[in-house]
Amino acid sequence: MTSLFEYAPAPESRSIVDIRPSYGLFVDGEFTDGTGTPLKTVNPATEEVLSEVATGSDADVDRAVRAARRAFVKVWGPMRPADRGKYLFRIARLLQERAREFAVLETLDNGKPIRESRDVDVPLAAAHFFYHAGWADKLEHAGLGPAPRPLGVAGQVIPWNFPLLMLAWKIAPALATGNTVVLKPAETTPLTALLFAEICQQADLPPGVVNIVTGAGETGRAVISHPDVDKVAFTGSTEVGRAIARAVAGTEKRLTLELGGKAANIVFDDAPIDQAVEGIVRGIFFNQGHVCCAGSRLLVQESVHDDVVAALQRRIGTLRVGDPMDKNTDLGAINSAEQLARIRELTAFGETEGATCWQPDGDLPDRGFWFKPTVFTDVSPAHRIARDEVFGPVLSVLTFRTPDEAVAKANNTTYGLSAGIWSEKGSRILKVTDQLRAGVVWANTFNEFDPTSPFGGYKQSGYGREGGRQGLAAYLRSDS
Amino acid sequence: MSDRLTVRKTYKLYLGGAFPRSESGRTYEVLDSRGHFLANAAWASRKDGRDAVVAARGAFPKWSGATAYNRGQVLYRVAEVMEGRAAQFAEEVAAGEGLSAAKARAAVDAAIDRWVWYAGWTDKLAAVLGSTNPVAGPYFGFSVPEPTGVVAVLAPQRSSLLGLVSVLAPVLAAGNTAVVVSSKERPLPAITLGEVLATSDVPGGVVNLLTGDAAEIGPWLAEHADVDAVDLAGAPAPLAMELERSAAGTIKRVLRAPAEEPDWSADPGLSRLRPFLETKSVWHPIGV
Repeated sequence: MTSLFEYAPAPESRSIVDIRPSYGLFVDGEFTDGTGTPLKTVNPATEEVLSEVATGSDADVDRAVRAARRAFVKVWGPMRPADRGKYLFRIARLLQERAREFAVLETLDNGKPIRESRDVDVPLAAAHFFYHAGWADKLEHAGLGPAPRPLGVAGQVIPWNFPLLMLAWKIAPALATGNTVVLKPAETTPLTALLFAEICQQADLPPGVVNIVTGAGETGRAVISHPDVDKVAFTGSTEVGRAIARAVAGTEKRLTLELGGKAANIVFDDAPIDQAVEGIVRGIFFNQGHVCCAGSRLLVQESVHDDVVAALQRRIGTLRVGDPMDKNTDLGAINSAEQLARIRELTAFGETEGATCWQPDGDLPDRGFWFKPTVFTDVSPAHRIARDEVFGPVLSVLTFRTPDEAVAKANNTTYGLSAGIWSEKGSRILKVTDQLRAGVVWANTFNEFDPTSPFGGYKQSGYGREGGRQGLAAYLRSDS
Repeated sequence: MSDRLTVRKTYKLYLGGAFPRSESGRTYEVLDSRGHFLANAAWASRKDGRDAVVAARGAFPKWSGATAYNRGQVLYRVAEVMEGRAAQFAEEVAAGEGLSAAKARAAVDAAIDRWVWYAGWTDKLAAVLGSTNPVAGPYFGFSVPEPTGVVAVLAPQRSSLLGLVSVLAPVLAAGNTAVVVSSKERPLPAITLGEVLATSDVPGGVVNLLTGDAAEIGPWLAEHADVDAVDLAGAPAPLAMELERSAAGTIKRVLRAPAEEPDWSADPGLSRLRPFLETKSVWHPIGV
């Protein structure tokens, strides 16, 4: 990308992290071999193979579930709640102490900019453990009756977009409420979960309380369909969520799903444009747009459309796309060749269907998986790029004239995870917020997360909440 | 004994605030607990189910948008009208469930009291289930419970009034609109409840009561893309599993069927309100 001046490279050193040539599964407190065919995990920015990781077969998953059950019955269940909390506090501290190591490893394995893994993913993961640690001995105050009880063994499957953060979102509440877990990380991003296993060892967490079984779809299926799993928690695509809901139907297993989204980011004509543009950029280009709650549908009031689009394109022209390990990088690599192909396929539809595609000038690195920040204008609500989740740095711009039309267009989706509103008028923000069918609404900001704030979707974006008092319900049985 | 010939009642559906016959023209025989003929009830079809969903969707913005105070008033009004028709309900419950007059009356009283209990929840849910969120940043964050949308309810098969009220009232108190398939064998209290609802300020379409067979209409409701949640209370085990599987296609919220019909007189707590509420979390910057 040409620019008035170039920043000198500011690379983060990778020497802080030792990546082993191969990793096993973490079962019953130890690293063990997996009996499936090992998989290779690559750095999406360079296509360099980082490590070989074991794959859990049905038998391995069974071993992990047995270990989790044993730990639940013998150790974790009977333990004093305050002590469970202390283990979680220890984990939170250990994560903070090794924050830089986790950030570097996350960026190498996932392709996200080091700025984001360092400032968002890792600190938030630690915050989730801190927050839930405090709940462990206060569950009778959670509003779920006087004596809520854990469910047992939780089988958890998480995606590749926020590997460590999603792990924290799943494991922290499960452990705080007295459950034990078998977690399957995504096949393209298993490394920080395996480093987390070391944290569990350093914390002296009793064996079997946390088990990490790496692998792909088959391993995930084995985890969710294991008969001795009491609770299934999944974050990922709506398509897989449907299959999981079907698989769990008719069983006693409890289920929560955090699925896709197609968030509307609504800009009213009285919004401060520069601030809104920052929010739009943050909404869609954060984490390369690999965000289920990404603001992928920009709804701009017609009277300011041209100004907003011009300011947006100017701003996008200053974004730095490239080496994720460089601290100046804004957009890193697309997580996998597969995801890159999917983004290309969906954006191709955009042009075929008549929308106008815009990308900034500049070159992309020769190796690795890359996609330029992309803006589609002249988009109509029927276009696939306005309906399907692209899960990449691709923004669709639509217009509206009245608040009612904005709400109608925003709600015109099968999803309902998040939305954004940009306006100076507080009464308008509250009215529109009230009418939007979405689980999270950001006013004059976007993509904010906090463990105290419950997160989750309406409609086909899933069910259940993560975080806050409301999120605890997913892991507790209660009499009221 | 007077030799007056009684006026018999024709039982119909309650759909979109009106009382139509089934579009299919079908009826079925309703018998009392000893097998004697009581009435012919409308036998709702798949199309009636679809019409009911359209009515429920249409009524959703107004009902969910009403103030909690107003919803509570309207629901309390239902209890008032039920009280006035308690004798009729008791007669129907006694005939259908084979209860003594005293026990039937007790079930009706419990149903009315249950309705009152839920009427009082409308303006408390936000305080009890919502929160302000002390996020680590300059934002005012809060979470509010909101209704899920259109809920398809398969009413309990045995408890024809108390069971029905126990599953319907929480759906409404939470601000949802409902499509209810009544007990197949014992539909009469449901029909009478429809007449109560129609005269209780409940807007048309908020509740749609279909008499008929859950096994026939249930699958269409479980698959319907405009139904947001299903309550499988009255679905027998094999059907419940099939419906749960169908509901997965559109990621519906599912309240599973209990292994067997529970004792509806027990305190339900929030267990039937929570499943039909969403949590919306709002972030607003704090500044000057």
